[in-house]
Amino acid sequence: MKGALLGPQQLKQSLAAAVRAVGREGPIALVNAGWQEREEQDEELPGLFERNLVNLRLYERGEKVFAEDPDFAKAHRSRQDQLRQIQEYYRLRLERTFDAALDIARKAAGSDFEADELRFSMEQIQRLDQEHLDRVTALREAYELQTRPLERPSIARHRKELEKILKAVGVVAIAGGHVAVLLNRLRLFGFKELLGDHALIAWSGGAMVTAERVVLFHESPPEGFGISEVLEQGLGLHHGVLPLPNPRLRLKLDDPLRVGWLARRYATEKCVALDQGDYVRFDEDQWFGASGTVLLKADGTVSTEWAS
Amino acid sequence: MSHHHHLAIDRLKHANPDNAAVDTFMQAHAFPLVEGPKVTFVFRGTVEAVHLKSWVYGLPNSQPLVQLPGTDLWHLTLEIPRKSRVEYKFEIVRGGNGHWIEDPLNPYRATDPFGANSVVHGEGYTVPEWTQLDRDARPGVLEPWIIKSKAFNDIRHFNVYLPARFRKTRRYPLIWVHDGPDYVRFANLKTVLDNLIHRLEIPDVIVALSGSPNRLGEYADDERHARFVTEEAVPDLEKRLPLIGAPRGRCLMGASFGGVAALSTAVRYPGFYGRLLLQSGSFAFSDIGHQNKRGPAFEPVVRFMNRFRENPVLVAEKAFLSCGMHESLIYENRSLVPMLQATEMDLRYVEARDGHNWENWRDRLREGLAWLFPGPLRMVYE
Repeated sequence: MKGALLGPQQLKQSLAAAVRAVGREGPIALVNAGWQEREEQDEELPGLFERNLVNLRLYERGEKVFAEDPDFAKAHRSRQDQLRQIQEYYRLRLERTFDAALDIARKAAGSDFEADELRFSMEQIQRLDQEHLDRVTALREAYELQTRPLERPSIARHRKELEKILKAVGVVAIAGGHVAVLLNRLRLFGFKELLGDHALIAWSGGAMVTAERVVLFHESPPEGFGISEVLEQGLGLHHGVLPLPNPRLRLKLDDPLRVGWLARRYATEKCVALDQGDYVRFDEDQWFGASGTVLLKADGTVSTEWAS
Repeated sequence: MSHHHHLAIDRLKHANPDNAAVDTFMQAHAFPLVEGPKVTFVFRGTVEAVHLKSWVYGLPNSQPLVQLPGTDLWHLTLEIPRKSRVEYKFEIVRGGNGHWIEDPLNPYRATDPFGANSVVHGEGYTVPEWTQLDRDARPGVLEPWIIKSKAFNDIRHFNVYLPARFRKTRRYPLIWVHDGPDYVRFANLKTVLDNLIHRLEIPDVIVALSGSPNRLGEYADDERHARFVTEEAVPDLEKRLPLIGAPRGRCLMGASFGGVAALSTAVRYPGFYGRLLLQSGSFAFSDIGHQNKRGPAFEPVVRFMNRFRENPVLVAEKAFLSCGMHESLIYENRSLVPMLQATEMDLRYVEARDGHNWENWRDRLREGLAWLFPGPLRMVYE
């Protein structure tokens, strides 16, 4: 697959430029489900894309599915409750482990143990991340086996409609919003499997859910230290980059300690910050022309020269 | 150079200046002159005396400025801790009569319903940027609301804040604010709400900005006030607006006597409100007898607080309490903390180097609101 990942579009728009750079003609199919009941409010987007747009209304379709298929709705809700619970338990474990890591780092500073202790702490956190990811994935697989969503008549009908719309477009655009809801709807309709040779334009939360992992982050929240956390596997429509949108609000790029921690913790991917209007193109696992985007490096520094 | 000459005013003094030298000094600095923890207050003019009047608990509330011999410059240097805010006025004595003025050399003023004070910021204090207008934040709207109150046997008007992206199909928490119009005028509450919502630090909320024609009476544990809010206004709002309508979605908020109104209303209706935001509450009490030194307005407050202290019960699940260290009420607020904690209330208590004023209450809003109503910033990426 090829396409572009973009930062938020509220203050500086780059959708038209990105879609031009990707070089695919024709109308665009839009996923705006992250905005839930506000998904229909897409009036500005055709102007920003300078293209015609079809809203796939995945959120609304999901609501219809739940209304038509109460058994499925019940199973879905119960899985969501389980996910919320284990996310909370994971977060509690993470916070304690992180506190311990900070305490140990302070005590071990300057001692012979310093380097080893730092490495142990990081490995422990990465293990928590991985175990959580595995647990969520296992839960999802069990649920899919039990409910067989794609075989349910209501979902199958919507998928047919979606397939038809997607055949007529060359580009799929995925907006941000609530990333758990967005990912949920994309999975509900087996969206990845409906894609053919489409180009992808995904911004902010949309860029996050299309990555291999979805990482929730905000380093200066009004409450707490702002420890990032893994939500679950993403759609994996692109590889090698963990998109971190809106760094001006959410990251502390001038804090080498935090930058280094993020980069090392999620080291299997490149942590890339996408500010308002920034975008980077990809073709399979090649990344190009990182316009404004910033790579977070393990040594705590950042670089704007990271894509070819 | 001796230790004392680190300060600009001491260097000036040492130079035995005339008025021309004072002119040069005045042009070279902004006043009050903040140098590390030392703040020098300065007044210029032909007067008989100048006093600094401040409202810092623990400091004398009047301190004389000293005239620099041979000049019309008056000065006083105080130690003001880092990140402090101190409000003050000058008392100028002419012809034997004193009158109070704002510091003519200081452009920073803090306004309240009684007028304005000059304000000096200790080193390290900055006005939080989230309290200032942000053009990127979509503004909410204020809708007028009218309630015919049986409790008060009159008609009450107030504004209701609706968030920018208000939708009838959603469900919102309700915050009932005492002294609402003052919070909007003097603590930028509307701007703060717009900004915190825009940054996803709090969810979209609906906020009733109520006032009172007789706040010292009605806010001091008046049964009619609690009944008006709980049995008349909140049910009316919940009927006509898409509100959560459960304790976790109901918050009472107030500062000073408004804090007493919030707590006493919650005490009269335990469990109805799930959230409290109490700023510098006038929680006067006595450990023996019912005497208080604060005047007759506080008598019902002392009776209420003494009753509550005898039998503290859990009235709301979660509360945010804040107070300024320069306030005389710091003792009462600190005393309330272990009591509320003993009721197993989920309590956050915050102190600031500030006084009993609207800027203090403004500066604590982010922490308080986001603690009581955490926003979706973890999950939502625009």
